[in-house]
Amino acid sequence: MSSDGSSGSDFERFRVTFFEECNEILADLEVHLTQLQEEALDVEGLNAVFRAAHSIKAGAGAFGFTRLVTFTHSFEALLDKLRDGQIEQSPHIADVLIRGGDILAELVTAAQEEREVAADFTAPILAEIAEVMDEGGGAAAVASAAAAAVGPASAADVEPNGPRSWQITLAPGPDLFKNATEPLLLIRELQGLGDLIVRCNSDALPTLRRMDPELSYLGWVFTLESTCTRQDIQEVFEFVDDTCSIDIEDVTGRTPRATTSQEEEDGFGLFEPLESDSAPEAGMAQAEGGQPAPAPPVGAARAPAAAAAGAPASKPAAASSIRVELNRIDRLVNTVGELVITQAMLSQELGELADYLGRQPIAGQEALAALTRELQECVMAIRMQPVKSVFARMPRLVRDLSGKLGKKINLRMSGEHTEVDKTIIEELADPLTHMIRNSIDHGMEMPADRVAVGKPEEGTIELSAAHVGGNIVISVSDDGAGINRERVLRKAMEKGIVPADAVLSDHEIDELIFAPGFSTADQVTDISGRGVGMDVVRRNIMGIGGRIQVTSHPARGTRFNLLIPLTLAVLDGMIVAVGNQRYILPITSIVESFRPDPTQLRFLDDRTQLVSIRGEFIRIIKLCDLFHVPDAVHDPARGLVVLVEVAGGGKVGIVVDELIGQQQIVIKSLNDNFDPVEGISGATILGNGKVALILDIEQLAIMRADVSSGRLPPDPGPAALVAAE
Amino acid sequence: MAKRALTVDDSKTMRDMVAFTLKGAGFEVLEAEDGMHALSVLKGQTVDVVITDINMPNMDGVTLVKELRAKPEFRSTPILILTTEGGEDKKASGRAAGATGWIVKPFAPDKLLAVVNKVCP
Repeated sequence: MSSDGSSGSDFERFRVTFFEECNEILADLEVHLTQLQEEALDVEGLNAVFRAAHSIKAGAGAFGFTRLVTFTHSFEALLDKLRDGQIEQSPHIADVLIRGGDILAELVTAAQEEREVAADFTAPILAEIAEVMDEGGGAAAVASAAAAAVGPASAADVEPNGPRSWQITLAPGPDLFKNATEPLLLIRELQGLGDLIVRCNSDALPTLRRMDPELSYLGWVFTLESTCTRQDIQEVFEFVDDTCSIDIEDVTGRTPRATTSQEEEDGFGLFEPLESDSAPEAGMAQAEGGQPAPAPPVGAARAPAAAAAGAPASKPAAASSIRVELNRIDRLVNTVGELVITQAMLSQELGELADYLGRQPIAGQEALAALTRELQECVMAIRMQPVKSVFARMPRLVRDLSGKLGKKINLRMSGEHTEVDKTIIEELADPLTHMIRNSIDHGMEMPADRVAVGKPEEGTIELSAAHVGGNIVISVSDDGAGINRERVLRKAMEKGIVPADAVLSDHEIDELIFAPGFSTADQVTDISGRGVGMDVVRRNIMGIGGRIQVTSHPARGTRFNLLIPLTLAVLDGMIVAVGNQRYILPITSIVESFRPDPTQLRFLDDRTQLVSIRGEFIRIIKLCDLFHVPDAVHDPARGLVVLVEVAGGGKVGIVVDELIGQQQIVIKSLNDNFDPVEGISGATILGNGKVALILDIEQLAIMRADVSSGRLPPDPGPAALVAAE
Repeated sequence: MAKRALTVDDSKTMRDMVAFTLKGAGFEVLEAEDGMHALSVLKGQTVDVVITDINMPNMDGVTLVKELRAKPEFRSTPILILTTEGGEDKKASGRAAGATGWIVKPFAPDKLLAVVNKVCP
């Protein structure tokens, strides 16, 4: 592995690219292996999976990740046999491939994190691959190829190292030039080895009239005085040894040795260090006892494979793309964010200046605003990726779990191509996994139970994504039994999440599953009960500025809706004034704003005020109290109430002095510099250069109860339930 | 004038490695992601050497070699194929298509250069 070492250090800089590429390959692999669960792969699918293993192997070799090389080598060999039809696809082989894909992913991760995997980590799957290949008649060929290859390798090494005389006869075949081979280069290379005498053999040269200028007619006899080995000479002719007749004779002291036959030379490459690199991995892969085999064992039966690969794939050409490091894009996003702020400031200043001068708005100002907005949208689009990468993991999960639980479930997916910010995509995987687990474990009935209530034996889980307004909505719905409200309520009471005498609406009970520490499974199973509950899911979703809603119908099923912002970097905000402070409310949560009539206002207790609108009582939150803002409007009837939606479909009314205006807000995180501030999700810089805080509505709803009474009210109404979360 | 090489590989890691090595030796390096892409890159220009992978989507390396050899301007351009193994059939089909030589992956930079120099003076 010596040359691995040297190439490793020279190529170290490409490690990052390699792992990025691996991750792309693995995601793609997952898609194909997922398809494999449903049906056998077609030639194109097999080719794609083969290429995945192949690409990883090539890179892994360059960086000296031997475990990865060994494994991909076997994996690839199996795929090769599959795609040229030597082994038939079967459910068992599909299973081996799928598990192999998992192992491959783990090996890549281990390599990336520079940690060792257990010595026997790959052993079971390698054994299974070997077994499968054996059944397909692969192992015999493998063994014979390995054995055949060993012979000449040892024979080539016995050359003495002193100065020698070599006589080399080169008789090119007529087609030498068809491979763009230039004999002059061979002669020069030979000359580089020592003192060379060249004699040209032009016997075969025809008359000019008969000569085909594209064919080769000349031959040569070389006498070389050199300390080089036979192998060095063979190396010169490496690329032509199949189209030329080459005799290499050691004529030192005029005692010619037996010439090496072409067949022998053919078997092993002449780039010695490179070939011997690949040999040990082949040896390991086949557990042949480490005997270096110059030709990798599986190479023996490759010809049809090459033909299969030669068939042009009918796939449409991939969109051309470049890969850019994420932090460069982040820098771009930040810079554009600054530009947006500067533009807003400039716009405000110029507006005031124009007013002062009594003139029309200054030329170019609007164009600048439009261009800035467009630039921002372009930059944001760079970070967008289809949710497919997350969705692709789910069929696997459904299959594994339903198999484990003996349930029959069909997963339907739609909208996989909906695009979301890359950061958000990464944050979606865990919540989605958990929700689907939950549906399978808790929601879906056993096949027999389904039949008993007149449902089809096979349950259906639907996973969909779509753009709705400025959000993306991802929904997970099942046609299972729905939330067992009786049980949920009982559990919640047992755990003290709600008082024992609480009377809750169906919707409020459904919401309880998001309460911290809530788990309905009577026994903690290894499926849903992994120490995370739906509360963690909700927290994760809220962490990326999203919301989660649940609706459930007994015996008809449950639906979870995730509302997620398209991007984390900007939001459409409403600037509101409270005293001399400015706050931002996300436009997406605002339902309406109005100035209530004093008759619409009621006090629930001395601190909790409600506003009645269209027959609905809605709790009021006063920012001036919460954040202790002086000189703010205290009476809702003299200011404005902004009605906002909270996760789960509840509403609260936020009292503000006035609405200042709507604006694209560039979110600046506070977390780098401050501990989390309750009720505040971030900050932004306004056109006038002042900082405005972005309100976290979910937290405001929680804070209200604590601030207003310091403890839960004795009789918690529906509102206090939201607070209890 | 600097010599020009085209590296054809669907793996960016590989393309980067080849490009890095050859640029270090004073080559100007063009890149293509598969055979189809290579043909479009080579429209209206020639190179001194082509280094191509075999297993690629859209158009594999062997087909690319055939396509290039069918064009008069690429008849005498040295073409090297990249193989991950010493697979004789791969080399043979590459040779039959008109490839000048091969390089076995993984390669060390000096090996790659040695092979390129062997076919491209």
